[in-house]
Amino acid sequence: MFLHAAAFLAMVVALWMMFAWVPTDINQGVVQRILYIHVPVAWVSMVAIVGVAFASILYLKTKNEKWDRLAVSMAEVGVMFGAIMLISGMVWAKPVWEVWWTGEAKLMTALILFFIYVAYLMFRAYFPPGDQRMRLAAIIAIIGAIDTPIIYYASVLWQEAHPPLVVGPVAQEENLVAAEIGLTLLVSVIAFTLLFFSLMTARIGLARIETEYEVLKLGIAITPVAEAR
Amino acid sequence: MGASLSIVWALTLKELRIESRNRDVAIAIVMFASLVIAIFAIAIEPTARKATETGPGVLWAAITFAGVVGLTRATSHELENDAVGALMLAPVSRDLLFMGKAIGNFIFLAVATTIVFVVFTFLFNLSILHSEIFVVAILATIGFSAVGTLFSGLTFRVRAREVLLPMLFLPSVAPLLFAAIQVTSLAATGRPWSESLPWIQMATAYDVVFVAVSVMLFGYVLDD
Repeated sequence: MFLHAAAFLAMVVALWMMFAWVPTDINQGVVQRILYIHVPVAWVSMVAIVGVAFASILYLKTKNEKWDRLAVSMAEVGVMFGAIMLISGMVWAKPVWEVWWTGEAKLMTALILFFIYVAYLMFRAYFPPGDQRMRLAAIIAIIGAIDTPIIYYASVLWQEAHPPLVVGPVAQEENLVAAEIGLTLLVSVIAFTLLFFSLMTARIGLARIETEYEVLKLGIAITPVAEAR
Repeated sequence: MGASLSIVWALTLKELRIESRNRDVAIAIVMFASLVIAIFAIAIEPTARKATETGPGVLWAAITFAGVVGLTRATSHELENDAVGALMLAPVSRDLLFMGKAIGNFIFLAVATTIVFVVFTFLFNLSILHSEIFVVAILATIGFSAVGTLFSGLTFRVRAREVLLPMLFLPSVAPLLFAAIQVTSLAATGRPWSESLPWIQMATAYDVVFVAVSVMLFGYVLDD
């Protein structure tokens, strides 16, 4: 409860700072304010990907269902933030780079990873619940995590081969991290991180109820519910 | 070691024997890939310039998609008469089962890719007889069969495996796909070997990592 309240307050402050307090960027104009959403959601989805991988490894090691619930919750929230990151990035890129999308390495990596984690969630949705699903999903998450640095390296090589068509001069601007911008970004990152954790706790609670429901429905205890808690 | 090799060989032979009797995996890959290439050849109408620009992408996209079709076929054999149940009863460790299946898939993919190369050469009128393309094709096929075998083991019990396999497989092999497309395009435009080298190194690293990871994780996949 405290976490939800803290996330709410931090978000109100962050929204006020990013829309009212921080001055408009000289080079990019008002569109630069997307940064205060884009960077935090990108950060959070990155945390989520790392978290899914760790929770999955722990699940395979311990076979404790709580790690699986943590993994699926992180993956769902992470994919949602990932989608916001991709969309906000495109909305920003159109006026600044004059294209919605380029072959830039970080963009390609983000998109491919987004697809891998969507596939992870789809797999979970199609597979009947139980030990097997948790185990197989953990394997997919681990493969996704191992693939990440290779995908990034491949995207960097690809980008060198196909230089992006339009990269505005703003890409090299030095005043980008002025004090006010930096502070707003920091507050926003904190607010989104709190939001992430508050969504996570809610989602883990839901996952627990789902497990209980499955146990009741099947009439067989996969793991005794009380113990899983 | 010798015993393991003979087990893997027996399993591979089993795959080849099934294939020699009903011939549906390699044929499926060749026909599907050729069809995709033909459709693009009609849609793009490749002139010399257009062929070098779009050809490599079309070629490897076709091979990758066709590979998924082939993998789905190759694993659906295992479901018939619960063949996989019998395989798992065999007193053989899971990583050897994986190796046998993966080597089988590698052979089907390699044969199919060779034929698809010929079809592509005719339809796009683009010569791809270069040593670096040969190397990257082998690397891509190794990676495709390792990751593909692991993912088909993951998905073959799911109802929606035709959807899930490509959803998992295609983004995971993206680095190999990039490497194959880029090396093919560099070689077809007559660039020196040195420019392809970073791609080939990357593809090699991918294969080493994913063959090891797939062998390690396959035990968890079949573990009941």
